[in-house]
Amino acid sequence: MKTFIKINTLLIACMAFIATSCNQGGDSSNGALSSNIAEKVYVAPGERDEQYAFLSGGYSGNLTVYGLPSGRMFKEIPVFSQFPTSGYGYSEETKPMLNTSFGFIPWDDLHHPDISQTNGELDGRWIFANGNNTPRIARISLSTFETEEIIEVPNSAGNHSSSFITENTEYVVAGTRFSVPVPQRDMPIKEYKENFKGALTFIAVEPEHGHLDIKFQLLMPGFNYDLSHPGRGKSHGWFFFSTYNTEEANTLLEVNASQNDKDFIAAVNWKKIEEYVNNGGGKKMPAKYAHNVYDESTHTATSTMKDEVLTVDPSEVPGAIYFLPTPKSPHGCDVDPSGQYIIGAGKLSADITVHSFDKMLAAIDAGNFDGDAYGIPIIKYEDVVAGTVQSGGLGPLHTEFDGKGNAYTTFFISSEVVKWKLETWEVVDRQPTFYSVGHLMIPGGNSRKPHGKYLVAMNKITKDRYLPTGPEMEHSAQIYDISGEKMQLLYDFPTHGEPHYAAGCDADLLMNNSKKIYRIDENMHPYAIKSPSEAKVVREGKDVHIYMSTIRSHFTPDNIEGVKVGDKVYFHITNHEQDFDVPHGFSMIGQGTSEILVMPGQTKTSLWEPKRVGVWPFYCTDFCSALHQEMQGYIRVSPANSNIELSWSLDE
Amino acid sequence: MKNASILMIVGSALLLGLFVFPMWNIRLGAPQYPEPLGIDIHINGLQGESEFDIQNIDGLNHYIGMKVLPKPDEMWEFSVFPKVVLSMAAIGILIGALGLLGKISSVWFLAWFVIMGILGALGIYDFNLWLVDYGSDLDPNAILKLVNPDGTPMVYNPPLIGHKKLLNFDAFSYPRLGGIMLGIGMLFSLIAFFIGRKATLKAN
Ligand SMILES: [Cu+2]
Repeated sequence: MKTFIKINTLLIACMAFIATSCNQGGDSSNGALSSNIAEKVYVAPGERDEQYAFLSGGYSGNLTVYGLPSGRMFKEIPVFSQFPTSGYGYSEETKPMLNTSFGFIPWDDLHHPDISQTNGELDGRWIFANGNNTPRIARISLSTFETEEIIEVPNSAGNHSSSFITENTEYVVAGTRFSVPVPQRDMPIKEYKENFKGALTFIAVEPEHGHLDIKFQLLMPGFNYDLSHPGRGKSHGWFFFSTYNTEEANTLLEVNASQNDKDFIAAVNWKKIEEYVNNGGGKKMPAKYAHNVYDESTHTATSTMKDEVLTVDPSEVPGAIYFLPTPKSPHGCDVDPSGQYIIGAGKLSADITVHSFDKMLAAIDAGNFDGDAYGIPIIKYEDVVAGTVQSGGLGPLHTEFDGKGNAYTTFFISSEVVKWKLETWEVVDRQPTFYSVGHLMIPGGNSRKPHGKYLVAMNKITKDRYLPTGPEMEHSAQIYDISGEKMQLLYDFPTHGEPHYAAGCDADLLMNNSKKIYRIDENMHPYAIKSPSEAKVVREGKDVHIYMSTIRSHFTPDNIEGVKVGDKVYFHITNHEQDFDVPHGFSMIGQGTSEILVMPGQTKTSLWEPKRVGVWPFYCTDFCSALHQEMQGYIRVSPANSNIELSWSLDE
Repeated sequence: MKNASILMIVGSALLLGLFVFPMWNIRLGAPQYPEPLGIDIHINGLQGESEFDIQNIDGLNHYIGMKVLPKPDEMWEFSVFPKVVLSMAAIGILIGALGLLGKISSVWFLAWFVIMGILGALGIYDFNLWLVDYGSDLDPNAILKLVNPDGTPMVYNPPLIGHKKLLNFDAFSYPRLGGIMLGIGMLFSLIAFFIGRKATLKAN
């Protein structure tokens, strides 16, 4: 009898399995279908991927570059964190990149990459990213795939509703998650309410070189500004920010900031504020923030400390800002490709709220508001809402679009991606994620023209997806094919750090602009040498500057004498190769810094402070050639009081 | 004779292509060079197919002790060849023009072809001498000193024409547009001779 029950249960289980397999149309482990799926992600050896994906590294502080559909990682671009692999943040040239008003900060939490746009379409010039912890915005070149600029954002804390750009890259926008006293001062935390401010910062992007400059800071009520997106098309000129903690709680936010049935999406008419500012509006406020720029021709970053920022009080620009009530602490705040719909994902709710831009304008025209918050008019919910998606899931976070009238929303709590139709608001498909998806990315999914073939879901929880590696694991991501009516799970791959957002684009947009080498004849580094014959060693007091050359497979010079204990020795290394993918590295025994990796045509500087007498070797850390092991040299370190003259040589 | 003379003029003029386009090309591909390194041999000097190819070939060649590739002023050929080609083109055009005016017979075209052929053969002989010298006159202190199975030192001259395996490299040597134009030009002069002769025979 017992056996019978067991068999029966097994049968029922099997039938259920078959039924779900049929329903889900092919994500199961059915052999024929799996091989079909395998073909979709198989990029044969030597072939290249169709698309680039830039995944934020979260607490790694860096940005990772992947290929789609293979899920192969191509590069980790150091942005906010020191990176011993290349020497970023360790070399003398790149240390200034991590300078802030708090001094040198070796790390940050990188969240939301966004690719530059022209007319609402990806143009592939730069990618921007935000540092969440010590508020900063970075601009990364998409020809060198290196960080070129970092600007600190004053009066901000938890730089989270950032670094989203307007549709012609006029501005990169940085909103604060934590409201703080502005300016910072010594005051009781309990007096948060009505005293703290939430700064929304509009950073102008100079069109030719992309240089960043804070245009104005909007000092908003003390809510938490969570995420944001630009208007596009018809809503170009507006920016939308989701908020939570409109309760203005300052403790136990998980309860106290979850009391209001509705928080807001703040709609900001930045064009109106820009005009106000251009006409002399706003108030200059003292503020200390760093602006760090890396110059590709000198291969060197400089850090400048700024001392003033232009602030705007919302009440001074009537008609520029409105609040759209949105249920349950919205996280994602996404705008569809047409610019008509603003999607608020109330993270504690089951439903997704969609606001209509046209309805918003009509409500503003009618002037019929539901009161105000700190002078900012609140539009009536029913006057602005276009529809709600009865998702059947729980915990919607983030929505992107395929350009074919569909939207895709992640659900953290129910761990799934839900596909639904704009305008009818009906759910057409859902697929599980593994596990607890945070954000998703469709290349171009945050532009007027999505390239809706693949969707990447970035999960927060990994558990059993891969071979176990102890308590700490990389996160997992899934790739879905979204070209059909139903989503199809294709592939699963681990990601580095904790990806929050990602941005992607077609390979064609970037691959032909990707630099292969730096030209030695364009190297304007003050310590560069144009050929190995110019190598020399110069003493300036206790500073010793070594103008060193690398070319396969030797350093020039490779024997140096006359260095003394207590000196500061600067190795200025110029890589004289002009061949693609021939870097040389440099490392010195007992050096309190990382190695450096010098690209062809580049100059980088490594500092060594010798502490002991002796003859000390250095070597090339990059396996550059068959004679890489021979690529080494010696430095003789004499006592501080020695009279040995500086000398250097190669093959003498 | 009119057609023959025009063909002679065109054929001779085609030589001038050598002043614009490379005559010959040597390309070196290897597993780690999916985009091969290439040398375009112009009548007045060597040029990398990509900007830094010459530098990079020299960089690789130093391992096996080859000399660096010659600059224009380091080989007499690069100053003499242009003069020879220019003269031959001028002479060819001149005799073509004289043919057109009926002052000379088509035998002159043949004479031009034969002289050009001899000069071309000498040029190729000289080119081969250089290739052999370049590939076998190696620095005795070279980093890699490789020997053939019979114990003789390995040489690295690229092929005169066609393909040859040089260690990890596949070397390909073929004429380029300038050289092809030279060939076609010579062929034209030969055809001009035959057409001219036929016309003369008919007239008689
Ligand atoms: Cu090396």
